[in-house]
Amino acid sequence: MRRVAIIGTGMTTFGEHWDRGFRDLVIEAGAKAIQDANLQGNEIEAGYVGTMASGRLVGQEHIGALIADYMGLNPIPITRVEGACASGGLALRQGFMAVASGMHDIVVVGGIEKMTDLGVEEVSDILGGAGDQEWELFLGATFPGLYAFMARRHMFEYKTTEEMMASVAVKNHKNGAKNKFAQFQKEISIETVLKSKVIADPLKVFDCSPITDGAAAVVLAPVELAKKYCENPIEIIASGQASDAIALHSRESLSKLRATEVAAKKAFEMAKLSPKNVDFAEVHDCFTIAEIMAVEDLGFFKKGEGGRATLDGKTALDGEIPINTSGGLKACGHPVGATGVKQVVEVTWQLQGRAEGRQVKDAEIGLTHNVGGSGATAVVHIMKRV
Amino acid sequence: MQKSIPLTWRRIPERYRLLGTKCTNCNTNYFPTRIVCPKCRRRGKIEKVQFRGLGRIYSFTEISAPPAGFEDQVPYVLAIVELEEGPRLTTQIVDVVGKGVKIGDGVAIVFRVIQRDDPEGLIHYGFKFRLV
Repeated sequence: MRRVAIIGTGMTTFGEHWDRGFRDLVIEAGAKAIQDANLQGNEIEAGYVGTMASGRLVGQEHIGALIADYMGLNPIPITRVEGACASGGLALRQGFMAVASGMHDIVVVGGIEKMTDLGVEEVSDILGGAGDQEWELFLGATFPGLYAFMARRHMFEYKTTEEMMASVAVKNHKNGAKNKFAQFQKEISIETVLKSKVIADPLKVFDCSPITDGAAAVVLAPVELAKKYCENPIEIIASGQASDAIALHSRESLSKLRATEVAAKKAFEMAKLSPKNVDFAEVHDCFTIAEIMAVEDLGFFKKGEGGRATLDGKTALDGEIPINTSGGLKACGHPVGATGVKQVVEVTWQLQGRAEGRQVKDAEIGLTHNVGGSGATAVVHIMKRV
Repeated sequence: MQKSIPLTWRRIPERYRLLGTKCTNCNTNYFPTRIVCPKCRRRGKIEKVQFRGLGRIYSFTEISAPPAGFEDQVPYVLAIVELEEGPRLTTQIVDVVGKGVKIGDGVAIVFRVIQRDDPEGLIHYGFKFRLV
């Protein structure tokens, strides 16, 4: 297997882009990444793009061809990858494998979701497709409802509190306030979260990530070619992916994501590292409880201690292990298909020293963790400087 | 929500009377039905099994922001119930709003309207649960 590096990154701002459509966003991110890699475009051999629901959100399928066309990249192959909210992370993994295998040299990977062309109710219904349509959603479940089941079990088994969950949102908004690409660049307090409208008890509006438009992209190359295009390429040293039951009720435990544990184990084995070697991470905080479970399942904290660790500031920008320096899904925003690629862009910027006001000092090893649905898919990548 | 008459029709035995499956090789019960036993795969032998409809609350939430088709039911308590026979399922707990439920509470099946498509469309029936 060849070693693979990121040689270019680009993303749109995340937010409500009423003035821009699906193709505008994905092309902006892709063009920025290709420019950042100092490529003309002719060098690119293939592309992989993650989107969860372009067909239902904007009525557009066949987006690989659309993007090749509008990027001016015809006739290279571009392939759509779908794994619900993990679509972006899975697209990166496909690109990584294409370069590692020797099939292609220069590959572009994108993630995109255009969500605000529809109303909140329709978007929620569409996102429900990431769960079990016939046995969860049909019976009255919502995504906040599914994560509320997990929160309730975590509170029951580990005495996690609503205040601990709120502290995830407060920390991520604090980071988002330092990120000019973030949807919410405003700090909030614990009280704001606790007093916000209840959506699915115990989860409130401020425990939930928002509906967002946005796109992100990276360019990959074999390490031996990377320095030709980029002064400070970032190597992807590991990729792990795992699956679990589509319906939450069919899983062994509700207070952890087994798919995260397995994907992380595979990634750490591949990187020959352990969780304590990781300096910072972007994890999948679609709901505040999801970040608490993620920092436990990834091995950064013992089971049941993720909430306390967050409340105590251990995952803050200046803490033991900064989590979600971008603001996470909560504050940076969650255009579902774009999220997994945005996480990789953020980690790359941190490792290259380009994270501006939110730079983690002496960051050597960074990790991304992207989840699909209520945890039926998880994908983990580990990165370091070449 | 998928509004398909055949989809609703072919799920009637499961949704109306909790008909599930059992793998006789490893003695594990499954709901909803499965074609392949995920533990035994090729060695598994899948048969139909009728569940009694008794269980305990494993986790729960009160939904305040409903999905389409449930607007007239909010707030409602949604739970993951663990059946006596082992499998867990997602379901509404009826007649408990304002009274509350706890993890471990005993529940029994009731037959109810789940949702209606539109005034002239299909009425979807199925299981919900009540405290016992």
